[in-house]
Amino acid sequence: MAVELYLDLFSQPCRSVFMFAKKNNIPFEFKKVSLMDGEHYGDDFGKISIIRKVPALRDGDFCLSESIAIMVYLAEKFQTPDFWYPADLQQRARVNEYLSWQHTAIRMQGSKMFWLRLMIPKMIGMEVPKEKMDGALEDLNNSLNLIEEKFLQDRPFIVGDQMSLADLVAIVEIMQPLGAGLDVFDGRPKLSAWRDRVRTFIGEELFDEAHQNILGAQEGMKQIDPSKLELFKPKILRLFL
Amino acid sequence: MATGRLVEVYLDLLSQPCRAIQILLSCTKIPHRVHRVALRKGEHRTAEFSKLNPMQKVPVLVDGGFVLTESDAILKYLANKYDIPEHWYPWQPERRARVDEYVAWHHTNTRPHAAKVFLLEVLLPAQFGAQVDQDRLERALLELDATLDKLESMFLRRQPFLCGDDITLADLLAVCELMQPLGGGRDVLKDRPQLQRWRSRVQSALGESFNEAHAVLFAVRDRRQAKL
Repeated sequence: MAVELYLDLFSQPCRSVFMFAKKNNIPFEFKKVSLMDGEHYGDDFGKISIIRKVPALRDGDFCLSESIAIMVYLAEKFQTPDFWYPADLQQRARVNEYLSWQHTAIRMQGSKMFWLRLMIPKMIGMEVPKEKMDGALEDLNNSLNLIEEKFLQDRPFIVGDQMSLADLVAIVEIMQPLGAGLDVFDGRPKLSAWRDRVRTFIGEELFDEAHQNILGAQEGMKQIDPSKLELFKPKILRLFL
Repeated sequence: MATGRLVEVYLDLLSQPCRAIQILLSCTKIPHRVHRVALRKGEHRTAEFSKLNPMQKVPVLVDGGFVLTESDAILKYLANKYDIPEHWYPWQPERRARVDEYVAWHHTNTRPHAAKVFLLEVLLPAQFGAQVDQDRLERALLELDATLDKLESMFLRRQPFLCGDDITLADLLAVCELMQPLGGGRDVLKDRPQLQRWRSRVQSALGESFNEAHAVLFAVRDRRQAKL
């Protein structure tokens, strides 16, 4: 029985898992979970993901959440090339260091920017106050600066000459604001060059396929009925405003 | 395998992730040297410390010339490098994945929600000499409550420990966070017998190293109680 991956490609960590599995030719069944339709709140999905989030994995009787745990599990099970999650202790620690830092840094800020620029205005029918936007943008820029100055420095990729899970997890978060029309690469040649390297390493077709939904989000939002977003309102307003 | 060299760590035991590292080092008897960094005295902002860690945070690990930040990464590095009991961070992929799963979830759940209670009840009032913002505290307690529900129903369930039958890095990180509000005299597990039993099991498994690591926090609590 093939591994099942429960994914919604609007979600950043789902994109990482998707690209990782495809790039490594890991056989899997793509199980679409539409967050917008609240499918993650269904009974069935609750049995797969204890935390009711995507991405989720099911391998026989074994169910797992959290993209990092999932990718490390797949790397081990399918014996993917060493560079993704190096066996060398210090290299591995560097990957873990980035993966740990990013949870409450770029991941939060990239998500926030997407919601503030696109989703929340759709939900409440008006723009978010300027000072909130400015604050969020400043935080996002601080994280991007750290990524360039501490995590990348002069290296082609975060940990060295080759790509790793760190870059895979980083790129999807950095791409998220683009879905809301904010080009974070503008004025950042170092980051752009890294993005190009990552896209080439993964394969342009796969990278673009993974990002098709999010990059089409602005168009997609025009068609969406705001009442669909009612489901998210309390949580999002609490988190971001 | 470990060489004769001592691994060095920069810690402030008032910091939850620092305690997790201290406890692991003590429990497993990994040879180490601790450099104390007093956050309340701004020692993380000195030129010397900033050279070591430009992000001005603790914990930091230094192993020879190798400098590492982020408690997850440090704990996993220690578990991978040294010959410590396997239960801390099991090799078997499914068991290891369970630990990775909790450790990831911890960042945006247990850690921020428990830390916020301590911040609002102890740190901010101490720093600014102001009263506790009761509204914000109420909201923070509600948020923590929801997280503790998830901790019980999603992770602990009927198991002795968060990831199964044995204590792991996950329990270490979680217990240090959930102890923090005690610095303000608040036991966030007061009405939760299931989590209290878990905490007792963790304390038993960790022995003296648990109390030693928490001595600073208890001292903060005792000083506050003396003032009231």
